[in-house]
Amino acid sequence: MPLPVLVLAVVAVAFFALPLVGLLWRAPWSSAWQYLTDDDSLTALRLSMVCSLWATGLSVVFGVPLAWLLARVEFPGRGFVRALCTLSMVLPPVVGGVALFFALGRRGIVGQYLDRWFDFTLPFTTAGVVVAQTFVAMPFLIITVEAALRQLDLRFDDASRTLGASRWYTFRRVTLPAIRPALAAGAVLAWARALGEFGATITFAGNFPGTTQTMPLAVYLSLETNPEEAIVLALLLIAISFAVLVGLRDRWFGRGDRTVTTAA
Amino acid sequence: MSLSAQLELQLGTLDLRAELDVQPGELLALLGPNGAGKSTVLRCLAGLAPLDSGRITLDDLVVDDPERDTFVEPEERSIGFVFQNYLLFEHMSVLENVAFGLRARRTAKAVARRTAHEWLDRVGLAEYAQQRPSALSGGQAQRAALARALATNPRLLLLDEPLSALDAGTRSSVRRDLRRHLSTFDGMRLLVTHDPIDAYALADRVAILDAGRIVQTGTLAEVTAHPRSRYVADLIGVNLVTGMVADGVLTTVAGAQVVIADANPGPSFAVVRPHSILLSRAPAVGSSARNTWAGVVADIDRLGDRVRVGIDGALPLTAEITTAALEALQLRPGDDVHSSVKATDIEVYPA
Repeated sequence: MPLPVLVLAVVAVAFFALPLVGLLWRAPWSSAWQYLTDDDSLTALRLSMVCSLWATGLSVVFGVPLAWLLARVEFPGRGFVRALCTLSMVLPPVVGGVALFFALGRRGIVGQYLDRWFDFTLPFTTAGVVVAQTFVAMPFLIITVEAALRQLDLRFDDASRTLGASRWYTFRRVTLPAIRPALAAGAVLAWARALGEFGATITFAGNFPGTTQTMPLAVYLSLETNPEEAIVLALLLIAISFAVLVGLRDRWFGRGDRTVTTAA
Repeated sequence: MSLSAQLELQLGTLDLRAELDVQPGELLALLGPNGAGKSTVLRCLAGLAPLDSGRITLDDLVVDDPERDTFVEPEERSIGFVFQNYLLFEHMSVLENVAFGLRARRTAKAVARRTAHEWLDRVGLAEYAQQRPSALSGGQAQRAALARALATNPRLLLLDEPLSALDAGTRSSVRRDLRRHLSTFDGMRLLVTHDPIDAYALADRVAILDAGRIVQTGTLAEVTAHPRSRYVADLIGVNLVTGMVADGVLTTVAGAQVVIADANPGPSFAVVRPHSILLSRAPAVGSSARNTWAGVVADIDRLGDRVRVGIDGALPLTAEITTAALEALQLRPGDDVHSSVKATDIEVYPA
């Protein structure tokens, strides 16, 4: 192995490891359990879980069809649509939150009708948190699933059709199972992004304990009032994310290569 | 009850204009080089590539006719398709693969599984029912694909290069198995191949496709004996000799004997290439050719700068010589002639 590569790689690992070490070093281990089990923490944790899972579910339900459209259907402006739908990945989340506000807020282009016709407002509600998280998380699922769809051999669809399967049956029984590893990977990425969402959430949904205050918001705010609590909550978030990434890696990601079958 | 198709389709650089028909119970081999449009013909018939113009009629039902705005979706056609790389679904067991067509057509699960089991039994894969397709060898995968295509009981079976994905060592035995399994299917069969040996072993009739056009069709015997062009002659114009092999000799029904080099005993067919046959007025003396047959010149066809000489006798043959050789020998129909071939120039395949 070339020495410069090794040195730079080790620096990169340290770059990721040191912040974690810093947190562990400063963690108030004796009072950790107390911080974790206090009502505010548990409420924020529960809200984070509920909202991020909803956001993941919505990302799958809408993201898979969108990925399929982008991968399989030739239409004018496809590149533009793809850029539009993955824009929130590169957008500062706060900007995304502001944009959502003008679309779905009480005076927004769609929000005003939700308010007028259904007496329903999204901002500053738990549903608003889900919307904000979905907005930033779905692109991760879209690009992962679209890449997998592009790698699939279309002739498997042909084979399915000649066996008497409709397009819909083929999609459910041939296409979806074949991209399952990528779908799982995309869902996990989207979930992790939703769990860590901060900027769009606080802009669009605010910071109300019990309704919109998720873990990242709780961490940020307790940093001012009670830094020790912030560290404990941050470590909990890290532990959850880490466990999921490590746990799912071997079960799903490792098998990804098997589904990609290319023509001879 | 048959297939008749006039196919016209522009696809990339391919300009397909082909007409073909398949009679009930018949196996037609569509033979041609890579890029001739063979697979596209199958895709048109299956509905995977809609026609630009023309018409496809399957059992009196028009399934594609752009002028009349008729197009039957692939899943609505009574067609089985065995793809080149078999395309078994990797996320399903072999059994689920074979049951797939029935399940897609809303057959009850138990019935579909039972039928699939029967098919796997028939093609000798019963013990692999619960395995993934990746556990199958090339020949087994081909049989699984065949079972999957036939399980829905189609009227027409399409096979796209069913032997090309196999290595040379197993091809011969898989071809023999395929022949056996295909003979139990009484519907129409259309097989696409670039290898004339597949056509010799499997087909009743052949159609030669070159650059999107059918250049000749006919029974196997007609086309091999009387190719109408240099191209067809080079591709498929060989002598096919069928018979029983024993002790290094193939004996035909008519009693003619052909000495061959290393072949397994049993029913076989031999390919004698016209250009490997040496013609002489008198029996060759002190020659290395292990075969010499006496015959009578039946006909002489000129194809460009070559001449195909048809020879009658116990073993009817076609020899190919140059025009210069013909002039030197001064052969005319009715003349006695001796044909010799080296045993090592004869290819033998199990029938």
